[in-house]
Amino acid sequence: MMKPQISPKPLIFEISRPGRCAVTLPELDVPPAELPQELLRDDLPLPEVSEVDLIRHYTRLSQMNYGVDTGFYPLGSCTMKYNPKINEEMARLTGFVHLHPYQDERTVQGALALIYFLQEFLKVIGGFAAVSLQPAAGAHGELTGVLMMRAWQCDRGQSHRDVILVPDSAHGTNPATTTMSGLKVVEIPSDNRGNVDLKALEAACREYSDRLVGMMLTNPNTLGLFDEHLEEITALIHEHGGLMYGDGANMNALLGIARPGDLGFDVLHYNLHKTFSTPHGGGGPGSGPVGVSAALADFLPSPIVAVDPQRATEDSPFFTFYYPPKSIGRVKAFYGHFGIMVRAYTYIRMMGPEGLRQVAEDAVLNANYLKSRIQHVYHVPYNRTCMHEFVCEGRFPDAPNVRALDISKRLIDYGFHPPTNYFPLIVHEALMIEPTETESKDTLDAFADALLRIAEEARTNPQLLHEAPHNAPVRRLDEVRAAKELILRYQR
Amino acid sequence: MSFIPHSDEDRKAMLEAIGVRSVKELFQDVPERVRFPDLDLPPALSEMEVRWELENLASANFTTAEGPCFLGAGAYRHYVPAVVDAVLRRGEFYTAYTPYQPEVSQGTLQAIFEYQTMICELTGMEVSNASHYDGATATAEAVITAINVHRLKRRKILLSPWVHPEYRAVVRTYTQGMGLNILGDTGDGSPPVTDLVDEETACLIVQYPDFLGRIEDLSPYAEAAHRAGALLVVVADPIALGMLKPPGAFGADIVVGEGQSLGAGLNFGGPYLGFFATRMEHVRRMAGRLVGQTVDAEGKRGFVLTLSTREQHIRREKATSNICTNQGLVALAAAVYMAALGRCGMRRVAELCYHKAHYAADRIDRLDEYTVLREKPFFKEFVVRCPKPVKEINDYLLDEWGIIGGYDLGRDYPHLQNHMLVCVTEMNPREEIDMLVEALQEAV
Ligand SMILES: Cc1ncc(COP(=O)(O)O)c(C=O)c1O
Repeated sequence: MMKPQISPKPLIFEISRPGRCAVTLPELDVPPAELPQELLRDDLPLPEVSEVDLIRHYTRLSQMNYGVDTGFYPLGSCTMKYNPKINEEMARLTGFVHLHPYQDERTVQGALALIYFLQEFLKVIGGFAAVSLQPAAGAHGELTGVLMMRAWQCDRGQSHRDVILVPDSAHGTNPATTTMSGLKVVEIPSDNRGNVDLKALEAACREYSDRLVGMMLTNPNTLGLFDEHLEEITALIHEHGGLMYGDGANMNALLGIARPGDLGFDVLHYNLHKTFSTPHGGGGPGSGPVGVSAALADFLPSPIVAVDPQRATEDSPFFTFYYPPKSIGRVKAFYGHFGIMVRAYTYIRMMGPEGLRQVAEDAVLNANYLKSRIQHVYHVPYNRTCMHEFVCEGRFPDAPNVRALDISKRLIDYGFHPPTNYFPLIVHEALMIEPTETESKDTLDAFADALLRIAEEARTNPQLLHEAPHNAPVRRLDEVRAAKELILRYQR
Repeated sequence: MSFIPHSDEDRKAMLEAIGVRSVKELFQDVPERVRFPDLDLPPALSEMEVRWELENLASANFTTAEGPCFLGAGAYRHYVPAVVDAVLRRGEFYTAYTPYQPEVSQGTLQAIFEYQTMICELTGMEVSNASHYDGATATAEAVITAINVHRLKRRKILLSPWVHPEYRAVVRTYTQGMGLNILGDTGDGSPPVTDLVDEETACLIVQYPDFLGRIEDLSPYAEAAHRAGALLVVVADPIALGMLKPPGAFGADIVVGEGQSLGAGLNFGGPYLGFFATRMEHVRRMAGRLVGQTVDAEGKRGFVLTLSTREQHIRREKATSNICTNQGLVALAAAVYMAALGRCGMRRVAELCYHKAHYAADRIDRLDEYTVLREKPFFKEFVVRCPKPVKEINDYLLDEWGIIGGYDLGRDYPHLQNHMLVCVTEMNPREEIDMLVEALQEAV
């Protein structure tokens, strides 16, 4: 195996030399004022580097990273689709970048129009009565949505209700959100087809009927499956006075296929950084707008953007901030991740209604194709037509020591980013694979071939897998040691 | 079709391999009643057309780049060096995700490790996490940390009225289901919030410099909090920390703040950056991602996400927070910014802001109709008592002079009607300040 060219680099602190600086600043052009001596710091030991050294440092770091621009990134549940370059340019237009959030509304009509129309687009796509773009990410949208559900229950005199039902296949943010909202999680098992177990759900609804705030459901779920009893589930929850929360992480499968509002969801968060092509940024910033039914519109976090008919002129409407009367309050400062909204808006405008449906169709086509190519070797425990992703097991009866993690690390040697590992929790040694619609058949075939080769290697040369990756900037890293030693910053 | 590579032949071959005749067959599980709705959206545009549309929207705005701007109040106009965007534009950084697979994510991980270190230096704290959504949500998470440090036994939270009004609102939103008692910020600051600290108090939250721009010795706050066993949470401006004593030196237990000034630009309010730093003793109760140093199988230094047993994907309903995606790329921008300016540059930016703000305050104070409130030292923002409603003055400044005026404090503080919060940074040359003074005089 060839040794990689790129290997670990010194820290920025280790290339620092006294007196260097990568930025020039203007001379002071006013008379200096007296400094508050007793409040001044002695020193600020930040790095001192020249501009060229700074750029080389970060360029080298970037070369140790793998992104969608580098290659196939089938990280399940994260929708790592291609991030169009035009999005980046539009988000950097000076007319957007230099806007202060507290400027006079008259001076920001273009920005408010963009927010307003993106709200409208998301209403149409999800089948909702109202949308707020304020939440910063999916989990933040969850908190927003569940707090709204709680507020709605309180508003109708049901403040004693304190239970949220969460399937065992749910993402960790769902139960964590429930706790943060001051509510209790009751977990619902899945049935043998990967649906919510209806019997168990009925029992839980009966047991907690007078305590039910609602249910958080991801659909398609984290197995990549559309729940076959969705209509029964939503009816049941509503019957018991609860609301349906939709975790929209998997909206990529539903664009133009079905609107969550039509499916019986009362609230749903979108992930602009998944479904609507905004970049994941190495871990954010994302954006997690929430859409709601009419009953919940008054509870949305404030402010949202509305049109003010009174201030419209002949040729243009006037956009203004609106504060819903029963709002749960603000969930962050200002209005949300505007820069991300610009990218999502650009994408939706370029796709149009047919394009969005094509996205969902091809995302689902790609996932089913990839599944068809490997399912005879990688056991798919809930094997039926999947939506945009599927989950298989990364273990083989005749290679008992090989684990999903070994397979993932070996994929790196073949030039691919690994799938999501060990989630959802209900599949042993889970490999959760989401190809997205932006990948070609050639890429999918190359990936399937690699997976099949690795399955061979697992039998013939398992050591190759245990020791993988061989072909990355670093070899396998010792995570246990990191947690034990807790070196969380550079020490001189 | 944009961004989708398939030809019809590809699709046909793939459907065959799957064993279905049409793609519609893949959607049998979707209830027929609602399947394939018409989406009432505008038709698709080409790249060229979408550019025109977006350029039109952008040019309908009047930006801070077009006229002198004296607006701050939590979002600041600071210079963003060209190197910042040069780094952010690297596809290997911005098209990656959370570094779950460390062997192919060393770039992100090392950059965040360096970021954590720089935030520790800036704030004078021992440990920093990888980021929160913004300063407001970082403040709310600090409250939750403080509650957990006290094992849910203390339910009182004290907020100084001079913490950013929107941060205080977010703290209330986040904690509305937790049964907390949040006090201290309703009046005009008297009696002082320190008088309310007692054995029930989980934390006391103050801002540094405060929302009105004032800088204070934080020791009395630390003493009051610690005497009762409560934590002191400080919301700090990272640019001010370029010259001011770090909150850690006063004994702060948690330091949070808005990192937007560190290379993120204004962007109409986001995406920004919440930073969060504390002492090692609280590390297991803190929220958010954390990068730690380790070695690989050959003994070489490397970095991984660590202490994930605090986090939602492991601990689920018992996690310290639900946060997952955070502000990775904005934290990278902050790291590049701090490294680019470095030890001397950070100090210099802070001093430029300080001197220019004081020059502006001196000149405005000399106008007969205006008074600058200056009982306490201030940093880059100060309060001006105006002879008429701030909105009227700002309308005049904008319409007649093209100046974006200061923040109307009457929006949040009833006793501060007709008071304007003026912000001056290194981005305001002397001529702009002189122009503001002249315009204010004319505004009367
Ligand atoms: C199913 C599911 N729900 C929720 C989330 C949380 O979204 P975010 O990371 O944007 O907060 C994720 C993201 O990873 C997810 O996959």
